[in-house]
Amino acid sequence: MNTKAFQKVYTKIDNITKATVSLKAPGVGNDELATVGGKLAQVVKVNGDTVTLQIFSGTEGISTDSEVIFHGEPPKLNVSDNLAGRFFNAYGEPIEGGKQIEGEAREIGGPTVNPFKRLQPSELIATGIAGIDLNNTIVTGQKIPFFADPDQPYNEVMAMVALRAKADKIILGGMGMTNDDFLYFKHVFENAGALDRIVSFVNTTENPPVERLLVPDMALTAAEYFAVDKGEKVLVLLTDMTQYADALAIVANRMDQIPSKDSMPGSLYSDLAKIYEKAVQLPNGGSITIIAVTTLSGGDITHAVPDNTGYITEGQLFLRTDSDTGKVIVDPFRSLSRLKQLVIGKKTREDHPQVMNAAVRLYADAANAKTKLENGFDLSDYDERTLKFAYDYSKKLLAIDVNMDINSMLDTAWELFAKYFTQTEVAIKQDLMDKYWPKN
Amino acid sequence: MNTTGQVTGIISNIVIVKADGPVAQNEICYVHYGDLRLMAEVIKVIGDDAYVQVFDSTRGLKIGDKVEFQGHMLEVTLAPGILSRSYDGLQNDLEKLEGLFIQRGSRTEPMDFNAKWEFTPLAKEGDTVEAGTWLGEVKEKWVMHKIMVPFSFEGKYTVKSVAPAGQYTIEETMAVLTDADGKEHKVTMVQKWPVKIPIKAYVEKPRPSRIMETGVRPIDTLNPLAEGGTGFIPGPFGAGKTVLQHAISKQADADIIIFVACGERANEVVEVFKEFPELEDPRTGHKLMERTTIICNTSNMPVAAREASVYTGMTIGEYYRAMGLKVLILADSTSRWAQALREMSNRLEELPGQDAFPMDLSAIISNFYARAGLVYLSNGEKGSVTFLGTVSPAGGNLKEPVTESTKKAARCFYALAQGRADSKRYPAIDPVDSYSKYLEYPEIVEYLDERVEKGWVDKVNKAKTLILRGKEAQEQINILGDDGVPVEYHDRFWKSELIDFVILQQDAFDKIDANTPLERQRFMLNTILDICAKSFEYSDFEECQNFFKTLINIFKQLNYSQWESDDFRKYCEQIEQTVKEKESGAKEKAA
Repeated sequence: MNTKAFQKVYTKIDNITKATVSLKAPGVGNDELATVGGKLAQVVKVNGDTVTLQIFSGTEGISTDSEVIFHGEPPKLNVSDNLAGRFFNAYGEPIEGGKQIEGEAREIGGPTVNPFKRLQPSELIATGIAGIDLNNTIVTGQKIPFFADPDQPYNEVMAMVALRAKADKIILGGMGMTNDDFLYFKHVFENAGALDRIVSFVNTTENPPVERLLVPDMALTAAEYFAVDKGEKVLVLLTDMTQYADALAIVANRMDQIPSKDSMPGSLYSDLAKIYEKAVQLPNGGSITIIAVTTLSGGDITHAVPDNTGYITEGQLFLRTDSDTGKVIVDPFRSLSRLKQLVIGKKTREDHPQVMNAAVRLYADAANAKTKLENGFDLSDYDERTLKFAYDYSKKLLAIDVNMDINSMLDTAWELFAKYFTQTEVAIKQDLMDKYWPKN
Repeated sequence: MNTTGQVTGIISNIVIVKADGPVAQNEICYVHYGDLRLMAEVIKVIGDDAYVQVFDSTRGLKIGDKVEFQGHMLEVTLAPGILSRSYDGLQNDLEKLEGLFIQRGSRTEPMDFNAKWEFTPLAKEGDTVEAGTWLGEVKEKWVMHKIMVPFSFEGKYTVKSVAPAGQYTIEETMAVLTDADGKEHKVTMVQKWPVKIPIKAYVEKPRPSRIMETGVRPIDTLNPLAEGGTGFIPGPFGAGKTVLQHAISKQADADIIIFVACGERANEVVEVFKEFPELEDPRTGHKLMERTTIICNTSNMPVAAREASVYTGMTIGEYYRAMGLKVLILADSTSRWAQALREMSNRLEELPGQDAFPMDLSAIISNFYARAGLVYLSNGEKGSVTFLGTVSPAGGNLKEPVTESTKKAARCFYALAQGRADSKRYPAIDPVDSYSKYLEYPEIVEYLDERVEKGWVDKVNKAKTLILRGKEAQEQINILGDDGVPVEYHDRFWKSELIDFVILQQDAFDKIDANTPLERQRFMLNTILDICAKSFEYSDFEECQNFFKTLINIFKQLNYSQWESDDFRKYCEQIEQTVKEKESGAKEKAA
């Protein structure tokens, strides 16, 4: 950050807390950036002449006579096609060498798309994973997180989804990511030869937590450039949003705000919504789809972060290791894609909705049978068959290492139905059964 | 001269303004930011300092920026031309806003001031009138939109003149009224009203005495919503609140629908934008959009305007109620509104109540719900505002402040259960926890006796008892095992499953099943209760299971069939046949 000639330099800081400093400086705008003792900061409160600044990387070493320089503008990102293939830190500065991107400087966290100008999402994103394509179909312009415990392979699944989805650009926003995970993503994208389609903004665990707050806005400003200006299909990966929320809580706490549920700030819902609602299907054919990760603590989805997220996003995906087959599957019970109704049976084969529901219902019956078995009760013939069905369903369809198109998934489901059940037990609309029930 | 002021402090979207004159609580002001004027509302005054919440981003605002106070509270413009529009929480017409993004400080007119309306006078010279009296009417879509004496007029007036029938714009003088002192007042088709003040242009607010038909079986049959009544739908995410509300907004037997998308997902509103102009209202044959107004303040739009959006929706509803119309207001979700209140209270550093919500949350919610209701107008006509809100309880826990406060205020409770949603039993309205207080109203019981059939409420209660008994039986079966209980337990359980699958579960995405008229609901409940009243004999529990599974399967096909079509009759016969066979089989065994 170069200083410009007309900028005024202040050298008297009045108060220093862990994350903020305040000083007397007239004529400063709200949300404006500043440099405090060489560290980047943002105006968070103005009261008369007193300005409170939040220092992103913490106030360690800041002294009462540190230099404060106001930039006169909010955080910006230089956007151009040259973003593609590059890796940036939370401030939008290139990491691992390379020059600063030339391009138009855009304010991050910009205005909202007029809901009236949005299009209804209607384009399916095929991932080859039945737990997604068959049961929880994702469409462009959707926002959906993985709810996962920290030990689950969510980053791997997300990288797989990103590569299989036919997106023009993939934008990775990494928050509190371990350096190992960051290198994993880089490696996978490199191996797939997809690096020219990727833009990354990464805050690793080595960086100060508060810096994370800039990452989603940076990533989405880049996404808006490609989607709005270039009409491209953009997929944004945000991992991990729980770490983002933790940073929000740190800041709120240091600003003496009254915490609400789970020590999170009262504005958590709005803060998260501002990010997720950037997902959009645009009239020019461009779209922003957000796939995020919200890590859970001990699978607790009532915690404020997953809870608020669930109310904002269009569904959620759960990963689970199926104990019978030993495969990681997308949990058919707890996962949900709200926008699937827009494409299933419309963009996909007519029998899709009913096959999906019947399979999940039979899988649920199997779960009940399993409970019975565990409680030491005898199983009926039907129970036995549901258990066999569940094993096959999990292994041949739900396992995330299975990769096939949607019609094959439907055909496989019909085969399993016919193998284990009668038509009455499957209970799908008769005309569909007449058409698709395997003949032999 | 209006009061002006200067910005002296900025904390997120709260701006502190030093005012140079009188300032009223809830007064509207504009904060100047370059060429832009950002709308704001006064929420606290201390000495000369007015704390205003800005309905927009405050990025870049500086100390010393100019503020102009407007001398009035947040108002909506009421005139012909509201229907089928899509407004934001501050009544900007979203369709007219230019550009893909909503730019800061952008404003649009809520009405078309050039459009001409065909006016027919209803009052005549010499009539004594008061606020809300109908002076004339214009046809807005297919609704007769009454031109009324403005609600702000106090006392009695005499009509001096009314414009003759003809074409007029909304700002032309439609009538001249003389007050008690002989002073003349011009009345146009347009008036303004502050959203936080209820419109009281009615004589009496009686208890509701009819039901609002929605075509949703677990509501109409089991826990009906009254016309002019209030209800709410709490449910964890993924339980189907929005799908249910959309179904109601499409099917409800109302003249006007006001859909307030308050702090929810933009894609859901897009669905309404896209579907409603195409879908037909089955009762009138007109497009659904023609009876609908959308107030849309999605979760990423400014938080302060979110709070305003529910009031804007309610005020427009009250306006149409004063025309003698049946208005249904749906708000999704009132929790987001409560959260907006929380954010504001937090920034004002008020002492918090439970979960950091403001202490007066309960009172605010009660006052708001109280604005709904059936009313008798001064000319003897009836109008109503029915309000149905959703609540998004944090963590799905119904013991949180917004759910508890709403429970005190609303009369119908449609609890969406996670368990039902997990097993895809939609709509996930819990048949045991949910209630409608209206079933206890003698007026409503009497109405249903006439509208559906004599003794209907008794039948409804019988169905509820069967569900409860089934649930108890299921618990026993789960504890003791299928073989560990007498086969009657299975019979009891499966009878409740029959009610569950056939009446409670409804496919919102199937054209026919989604909307069940009351006649068909009557037929269904009677058929099911007849079967439940029979006692069957089974050799073992599996026979019982299989019998009911077969029945449920046929009933499902029946639900997907057109009312009284050939298929419909075919499935009815199959049901009869299956039941008969079971009965005669039992008799043979007995013999």
